[in-house]
Amino acid sequence: MSEASYPEDLLYHQEHDWVRFEADGETALFGITWYAQDALGEVVFYDAPEVGATLVKDESYAEIESVKAVSDVFAPMSGEVIEVNASISDEPGVINEDPYGEGWLVKVRLTSVEEKDALMDSAAYTTMLG
Amino acid sequence: MSSYTAATQQDIEEMLAAIGVSSIDDLFAEIPEGVRFDRALDLPAGKPEQEVFAELNALAAKNTSADDEVSFLGAGMYDHYIPALVDTLTSRAEFLTPYTPYQPEVSQGNLQVMFEYQTAISELTGLPVSNASVYEGPSAVGAAAYLAKLANGRKRHLVSRGVHPHSRETLETLAVGYGTTMEEIPLSGGITDLAALKEMLSDDVGAVILQQPNFLGSVEDLAALAAAAKEHGAVVIASCDPIPLGILEPPGALGVDVAVGEGQTLGNRLDYGGPSFGFFAASQEHIRRMPGRIAGETRDVDGRRGWVLTLQTREQHIRREKATSNICTAQALNALAGVVYLGWLGKQGLVELGELLARRTAYAREALTAIDGVTALHSQPVVREFAVELDAPVEAVIARCQEQGVNPGYALGRDYPEFSNGLLVAITERRDRAQIDRLAEVLGSAIAAERGAVEVAG
Amino acid sequence: MSDMASAQTAAQHAAGELGEDTVQVTGSVPSGGETPQQRDAAKTIYEKSKAGRRAFMVPATDVPDTPLDQLIPGALLRKDPAKLPEVAEPELVRHYTRISKRNFDLDSGFYPLGSCTMKHNPRLHERVAALPGNSRLHPLQSDSHAQGALELMYNLQHALGEIAGLPHVSLQPSAGSHGELAGVLLTKAYHEDRGDQRTKVLTPDTAHGTNPATVTMCGYEVVKVGTNPDGGVDLEDLRAKADDQVACLMLTNPNTLGLFDPNIEEIAKIVHDVGATLYYDGANLNAVMGKSRPGDMGFDIVHFNLHKSFTQPHGGGGPGAGPIAVSERIEPFITRPQVVMAESSNGDGPRFELDYDRPKSIGRLRGFQGNYGVFVRSYAYIRSLGAEGLKEASELAVLNANYLLARLKEAGVAEYLPVAFDRICMHEFVLSGAPMKKDLGIRTLDLAKRLLDHGYHPPTVYFPLLVEEALLVEPTETETKETLDAFADAVADILREAKADPTIAQSAPYSTPVRRLDEAAAAKNPVVRQPL
Repeated sequence: MSEASYPEDLLYHQEHDWVRFEADGETALFGITWYAQDALGEVVFYDAPEVGATLVKDESYAEIESVKAVSDVFAPMSGEVIEVNASISDEPGVINEDPYGEGWLVKVRLTSVEEKDALMDSAAYTTMLG
Repeated sequence: MSSYTAATQQDIEEMLAAIGVSSIDDLFAEIPEGVRFDRALDLPAGKPEQEVFAELNALAAKNTSADDEVSFLGAGMYDHYIPALVDTLTSRAEFLTPYTPYQPEVSQGNLQVMFEYQTAISELTGLPVSNASVYEGPSAVGAAAYLAKLANGRKRHLVSRGVHPHSRETLETLAVGYGTTMEEIPLSGGITDLAALKEMLSDDVGAVILQQPNFLGSVEDLAALAAAAKEHGAVVIASCDPIPLGILEPPGALGVDVAVGEGQTLGNRLDYGGPSFGFFAASQEHIRRMPGRIAGETRDVDGRRGWVLTLQTREQHIRREKATSNICTAQALNALAGVVYLGWLGKQGLVELGELLARRTAYAREALTAIDGVTALHSQPVVREFAVELDAPVEAVIARCQEQGVNPGYALGRDYPEFSNGLLVAITERRDRAQIDRLAEVLGSAIAAERGAVEVAG
Repeated sequence: MSDMASAQTAAQHAAGELGEDTVQVTGSVPSGGETPQQRDAAKTIYEKSKAGRRAFMVPATDVPDTPLDQLIPGALLRKDPAKLPEVAEPELVRHYTRISKRNFDLDSGFYPLGSCTMKHNPRLHERVAALPGNSRLHPLQSDSHAQGALELMYNLQHALGEIAGLPHVSLQPSAGSHGELAGVLLTKAYHEDRGDQRTKVLTPDTAHGTNPATVTMCGYEVVKVGTNPDGGVDLEDLRAKADDQVACLMLTNPNTLGLFDPNIEEIAKIVHDVGATLYYDGANLNAVMGKSRPGDMGFDIVHFNLHKSFTQPHGGGGPGAGPIAVSERIEPFITRPQVVMAESSNGDGPRFELDYDRPKSIGRLRGFQGNYGVFVRSYAYIRSLGAEGLKEASELAVLNANYLLARLKEAGVAEYLPVAFDRICMHEFVLSGAPMKKDLGIRTLDLAKRLLDHGYHPPTVYFPLLVEEALLVEPTETETKETLDAFADAVADILREAKADPTIAQSAPYSTPVRRLDEAAAAKNPVVRQPL
């Protein structure tokens, strides 16, 4: 298992999701934070959205399961799913091992880039976690 | 002090002292006065074991059991022989008295039984995933309709009129909650009307629900029915009698997505209708929509093989309002009887039993339809049950037969007004040729007598 | 799970470290760290199969031996037989007997599994259920030939109605969750009959998972009601959420914290004032039989778990039965058929019938008349105990729970496992393992696993969800004071041991047929049948 970390190049949502902007500034990767995967325990299943699905900020777009818990995954920003991390379906444990890298969940074409202003930076998120 | 508790007066005093209260009533002080029950329950006084036995023995003696008459009653539950070893094993305290295997380290026996049971059901149905049991047959059909609803969200469910009336009524009851509607596919010549089904199908149909063999005993052409349903993306559900599946092509090989059914015929008593078990098997794509417990294989920390309850995130105790079902306690002990019975029958035995039933049923059908006043209700292939029509009031004929110690079967008119004098006759390996001949004789006399009575009355 | 102890440590823990006061069921552990149970490799019956072996002998074909494909078209016939095992009777008996010994069971030891009421199962019940007049009675036998069964059901309906304080009973539902389904569908039928479409059902945040699951299956939205600091329903929250869209409040009283809600009359008033029904989850009825009745508390619908309060053997997870009792206003909608009594025309005394003619009924929820074999056992129980015995059972269940709680409040336990709500409990109570986790480094799960080495089935763990690291303990009335003392001592021993070395509990159990199992692996790649 990885060590607790909250990289500074990401933005964070209060439901323990992160956003990494691509160079174009219009697409981004979403995933769950170290805190979320730790609370959930060993991930055994990722119920991914379809490519093309519409995500609405603050609404659930996927489910992640451990042995004895199910967690909704909330969209930190709105957009359209353009890619799903298919490798997670075969090896869901990668969400635990590398939540900010290989464990990304979806790639999204953002529809309201300004929504990023409502997200937290690493310091604010860490403070929220207490 | 009842014989099932052991607290002596001294125990009670010591315990109250340790708690720090002075009487047992103090322990109930939290119950507000307004809702305290201040009289004795209006129930008879308790009595010793031998007297309770005598009372229940006397009640049981008022019933006419399958030991008291030669019974051809079926219609969902069948008088198969249950081998003695089923009683021996199911009455072992290690199987009888634990609960659901929440602690797998001390529940390996129970979990292994579930795994072996799931394997047997998977083999019988030709579908890869079985759960560890649901309540019984008709509610299993209802649970399958809920799976279909979860799978595609479509509102129209089509159910064959050949499905057991209790299953159809259960579906109607549940549809109110599911937000689905039930429409009946008519029968034609004793089987589900394929042309009518095709007419009814469209892309808003979520499930097509069939039964194999159907309530009239007919073997359905599941492949053709399933293919029609699949063209419109409906989930195909078949409620199956497991014994005939020994010789019939399994539903999973015919395009059925979910196979469910009543498990009583697999080593379980008649018990006036329960407890038995329902089985529930599905194709791989529905594994995460299954209701109920599922045992899965794994290893322990020392590398030993073992089993656990798996995919529990489907279930009510974790997923709560989003669960695939609300089921908690199912029928583990009855499923144990089922897997032991199937082990007793064995690979060849199940086939031999099916063949024997098919031959005796064919013989009985021929013998009965040769009687004056009896005609075949349909001419479809059958395995263990068939339907005839009497040229006399069926309920009166049944009563006359019962007076002669023969229960000739089930009066179809109770559920099918169109077959008002229909009779459904079931055969098991316990009904031999001599008994079938006796049925023919008694039935023939009863019909003749009833016709005579009608003529006299007229 | 990488920090598990070595086999050698395991042997020490299994063999030597149990307190003197604890029940030793594991026997001696051989060198090498394996118990006899553990040495027994887990093979399935399919792996013991050998072509040609058999237990079943088919009766002779005494009718024409017509080729099968002349009776049934070949296209409908199975090509390959189902791969059932091929074994003879001795191996079948030995196989299932051996694997049965890999179960913990109530007859062998204390089973304080909260919310499940693991009380003794009298053996008389098995005998009367097996009488041919019961076990060999076909469910479609005509009423006139099933008078004994119908009379028993009628009497059981009366008894359950009296215990619930509600006059009308349906025995049909197959388990508690099935009774809930009946109850919420009855609620729906009741409202719709008045032309009232409602959308929501309230459940406390302490509710059994079956409650919200049932609500969804009945097409309602679940709305959670909070819990007050005393462990009861938060009345303010209830008032705020109770409106004319609420169809029902589902409640367990005593609740899943083992506490009787003293505000029950006010709760009933709030719910009834908005026209909703009040549903009683009877899982905890064992606390109040003959002491307080749900009907008198204002409930409209009650389900019973006959496998709990009325002692059906739990069978490894069923069978059970979940009859319901309902008030007058719900009665027209109750499931059919109902058992009714009709006076005989010829003066022979009462006659019992199945009544299908119930036009407003919600219909059936299953086949036939319900789990009759379960009814026989529960009826035998009610006849054995009678009114006084049932009341005494509840009193002693509550006494045992409070006594065990008092023992677990002693120094050495209470600082690590405090009671979640410090009040007089009913038949069960909830401890929180949060301080134990923080101060000793062992979780409730670890405590539970170590209890297995002491020969106990652990209490329910991680429920109710409201309490962190919850441990829900229900001793039942059929346990002796000595058993409760020994269990309390075992818990104290484990905590003492954990203080010295938490890794022992963290890696427990050691003496069980298998040790901790990899549940994540099972869920990632489900193997749910034997490949053949």
